[in-house]
Amino acid sequence: MLLIDCPCCGVSGEETEFAAGGEAHIVRAGPGSSDADFASYLFDRKNPRGVHFERWRHAFGCGKWFHMVRSTQTLEVFGVYKADVTSPPQDILDRVEAARAEGRVK
Amino acid sequence: MTQPNRLDDGGVLIDRSHKIKFFFDGKPYNGHPGDTLASALLANGVKLVNRSYKYHRPRGIVSSGPEEPNALVNLGSDATHEPNIRMTQIELHDGLDATSQNRFPNLDADIGVLNAAASRLYPAGFYYKTFIHPRHAWKYLFEPVIRRIAGLGKAPTHPDNSQYEHTYAFCDVLIAGGGVAGLVAAKAASEAGARVILAEQTERLGGRLLVDDDAEIDGKPARVWLEETIAALEAMDNVTIRLRTCCSAAYDHNYCLLYERSGDRGEAAQVRHRLWRVRTARVIAATGMIERPIAFHYNDVPGVMLASAVRDYVKLWGVSPGEKTVVYTTNDDGYRTALALHEAGRTVRAILDSRKDPSGPLVEKARAAGLEIRPNTGIGKAKAKRNKLEQIETVNFDKPEAPGKTMYCDCVAMSNGWSPVIHLYSHSGGKALWDEDAVMYRPDPANPPRGKDAEAMVFVAGSANGELTTDAVVAQAAEIASEALSQLGMKTSAVAPSVTAVTETTTVPVWCTPSPGKAGLGGKHFLDYQNDVTVADVALAAREGYESVEHAKRYTTLGMATDQGKLSNINGHAILGKTLGKTMAEVGTTTFRPPFTPISFGSIAGRETGNLFKPVRQTAMHDWHAAHGADWEPVGDWRRPYRYQRGDEDRDTSIHRECLRVRNSVGILDASTLGKIIVKGPDAPKFLDMMYTNMMSSLKPGKCRYGLMNNENGFLMDDGVVVRLDEETFLCHTTSGGADRIHAWFEEWLQTEWFDFKVYVANVTEQYSQIAVAGPKGLELLGSLDSDIDFAAVPFMGMAEGTVEGCPVRAFRISFTGELSYEFAVPVSFGLALWEKLHAKAEALGGGVYGTEAQHILRAEKGFVVIGDETDGTVTAHDVGMSWAVSKKKEDFIGKRAMERSDLTRPDRKQLVGLLTEDPNEVLPDGAHGVENGKAIGHVTSTYFSPTLKRSIAMALINGGRARFGEVIQISTAKKKTIRAVICDPVFYDKKGERQDV
Repeated sequence: MLLIDCPCCGVSGEETEFAAGGEAHIVRAGPGSSDADFASYLFDRKNPRGVHFERWRHAFGCGKWFHMVRSTQTLEVFGVYKADVTSPPQDILDRVEAARAEGRVK
Repeated sequence: MTQPNRLDDGGVLIDRSHKIKFFFDGKPYNGHPGDTLASALLANGVKLVNRSYKYHRPRGIVSSGPEEPNALVNLGSDATHEPNIRMTQIELHDGLDATSQNRFPNLDADIGVLNAAASRLYPAGFYYKTFIHPRHAWKYLFEPVIRRIAGLGKAPTHPDNSQYEHTYAFCDVLIAGGGVAGLVAAKAASEAGARVILAEQTERLGGRLLVDDDAEIDGKPARVWLEETIAALEAMDNVTIRLRTCCSAAYDHNYCLLYERSGDRGEAAQVRHRLWRVRTARVIAATGMIERPIAFHYNDVPGVMLASAVRDYVKLWGVSPGEKTVVYTTNDDGYRTALALHEAGRTVRAILDSRKDPSGPLVEKARAAGLEIRPNTGIGKAKAKRNKLEQIETVNFDKPEAPGKTMYCDCVAMSNGWSPVIHLYSHSGGKALWDEDAVMYRPDPANPPRGKDAEAMVFVAGSANGELTTDAVVAQAAEIASEALSQLGMKTSAVAPSVTAVTETTTVPVWCTPSPGKAGLGGKHFLDYQNDVTVADVALAAREGYESVEHAKRYTTLGMATDQGKLSNINGHAILGKTLGKTMAEVGTTTFRPPFTPISFGSIAGRETGNLFKPVRQTAMHDWHAAHGADWEPVGDWRRPYRYQRGDEDRDTSIHRECLRVRNSVGILDASTLGKIIVKGPDAPKFLDMMYTNMMSSLKPGKCRYGLMNNENGFLMDDGVVVRLDEETFLCHTTSGGADRIHAWFEEWLQTEWFDFKVYVANVTEQYSQIAVAGPKGLELLGSLDSDIDFAAVPFMGMAEGTVEGCPVRAFRISFTGELSYEFAVPVSFGLALWEKLHAKAEALGGGVYGTEAQHILRAEKGFVVIGDETDGTVTAHDVGMSWAVSKKKEDFIGKRAMERSDLTRPDRKQLVGLLTEDPNEVLPDGAHGVENGKAIGHVTSTYFSPTLKRSIAMALINGGRARFGEVIQISTAKKKTIRAVICDPVFYDKKGERQDV
């Protein structure tokens, strides 16, 4: 069971306190979008063996959505950040790169 | 009741001054406090304890610990019954009642043994190959018969009345195993100031040091050092020692499960098993090793045991499993068993050693004691008489075809080297490496299981890391402990003890002993006792192409069931490798999965059983309903009155009364379970325009509007009435089961997509009770209330606020029955009071309550949809004929883009229609399919007998149905009967809606 830090309320809690919400940074395709873009928005999801940018909700805590960057292979957590941004913070990306350089993740 | 195999002296764990009476298969025996069921039965000379899984061969106790494959018993009876418990882990207590498993009628005369006579017919994959045709025979013939003859214990038949619990704990270092390595690690960690939990699966600390006390630690006899160390640890505030507690699993981010058998010892314990859910910074796995058996012809007869187990029984419990023992070893450690038996005054018939030239201190000691040592020799064959070992025949490894020497004996002590217990290292992804020299899998330090910050989580100490002698165990445990501690920024002041131990040479393993005479032919060389898997089975699997170790496991069942191959895996993988011409490293090993040993279902459930399994949500009127004959229906986590029963009347009688009451006079319904969500803020209108298919921003304060909600696929997911309380505040009603889901849905969009919207959302479902008053006499009822509201002046889809009978209310004039109807929302503390008032008034007018089923019939008569009945996640607003509720003006809303997809605008999609059966008394089965030209054209979504119309009515989703009104279709039922029905408008009653809008 993962140990997850909520960036909104600061609590470090058991995975069962949280709900997973799938891939992060999906851009919504609304009216006017092409069929391909819309299908991709609805159905195309990455399923990496390695670094994954995910949405989580502190469902049985503060109730807030946030993002977590995690290796699906080793379960290493590279960082958490709030949901009201469209791209991950640089310091987390740096940590991912460092882990890749060390060969820990793909 | 003498104990023929109890030695006169020895047995450090037992208290000879007390006797304990216990029962096995109904027969009474005596033992001592400190015994296990296994040691006590061996003391009583009981050799036959079980029948094997597949061949029903007689089986005895093989080991002395958790690795035991054979000696499984049923413990207790009825409410305390627990199957498949290892005798070697059952502490003896007064009145203990165990029964053997998998035999009929009893152990000595078991008819399933016929399987063994036919065993040549049951090679690996027998089931896969045989029971294929005819297909239905599997279910009715083969499976019931196989289930009867092949199997382990019996499943309990009574509810378990014991208590179980979950406990949470946190520590810096969790040490699994209280042997010498665990104690050294615990000492180091405790002196570094770490919070330590030491979990030991048995009731004692010390591990093999209690048995093999030939080492000196810190210049003292091992026993003295042990006592001092335990006392020192017990005195530390930061150390918690838990006995009878097995570290079952090490999961992600160092979440560990400890399984404590806290109450399995006869006395009335409050908690039978306790599951510890531990979050620890680091795990030190000091889990020891398990000895490997040797495959030889009929190596499974009762009396053939692991050498270390024989030694355990002698030294720990003062029991010699046999009078005359043959030791068969591939290493020096087997000699310790021979010496222990010799010192206890029992006969060691011979030591057979697979090695050509055994040497070393232990070998010399045995030689000096006058024991017969036969190098380059093994057991070629074992023979049983009356279900126990009677004799063995030796085999010379260089001349297996030569006849061997027959030796009479009633016990064989075998040792094929040791396998480290690396389970905890492997559970969360740590890798193992095959060490060719030590002949064992060891943890790969370069690939440990990693935690949240990529730190190594599990450190393996002592013999679990492959260290064989006490000096190496102690030194490595001290080193690995300080490495784990330094990762935590801690430093220990403990000094590693100095150890003088006897040196040993490494094992030369024997994976399969050739049989003497006609080498290798006939008979069975067992690898896996629990699953009756032989050397021939694994070799056959390899020849048939099951070359991957995971495939071979599944094909042969090697390493499955309750022992998970603790004794058999390595031997089996070696046979697979030999057959395929591969090395052990190339063969690889199967995945270790938690738990290490089986844990009880009770411990997994903990307290979450019965009423505590899933708490029921109750409205303020719940008890009132119960007192008035409520027949409960689960709706989400709620219970709602399906109907109110009078006397012992049947369901239809109550339901029809309740329906007609609403149509003819007045009924009241507890609608409190409806979801109620407040959406508030300057951007609330804009937000709700996105969430609903229809326009909500144009709703005037004080007005209600029925709304539909889509998901992004364009399919309906919820519906309900939205009330605009003021400019910035909306009250959104949801379905009863949907409140939490819709609240979360709103939050998700607000937090992750439109986080710039200024909107707050609150789920107030449980803050308000809601009561519907419906029927032609509704206004008369309301007029008789003490209230400041002029109900007649409230228009349809309007709202009023005020007080009713002293309760602060909001009254919504909305209708889900088609009748004149008001719904009252009151703070939940007023709910019951208002309900009782309204009920009294309704009764005075000849009305009364109605339940959810009457509500469902009433709405179906009106053609109103229920989300989840008429919709199933593939149905759009257009499909159910509610295009009027889909805004054409709005640029965007959830699901708008999807509704433009060509598939969602096809004219031949399933559309909601009504169905009238030709026979008005025939009620269609729910879910029945319409069939045309052999193809399904849709299905029935709601179906009832309408008391109002005095005939059956149904709603259905039928391909292109709206264009087919008046056509007759065939509805197919499960009883192979078809029913004819006419497609019609789904509004069956009061098509113009005159009754609700008077």
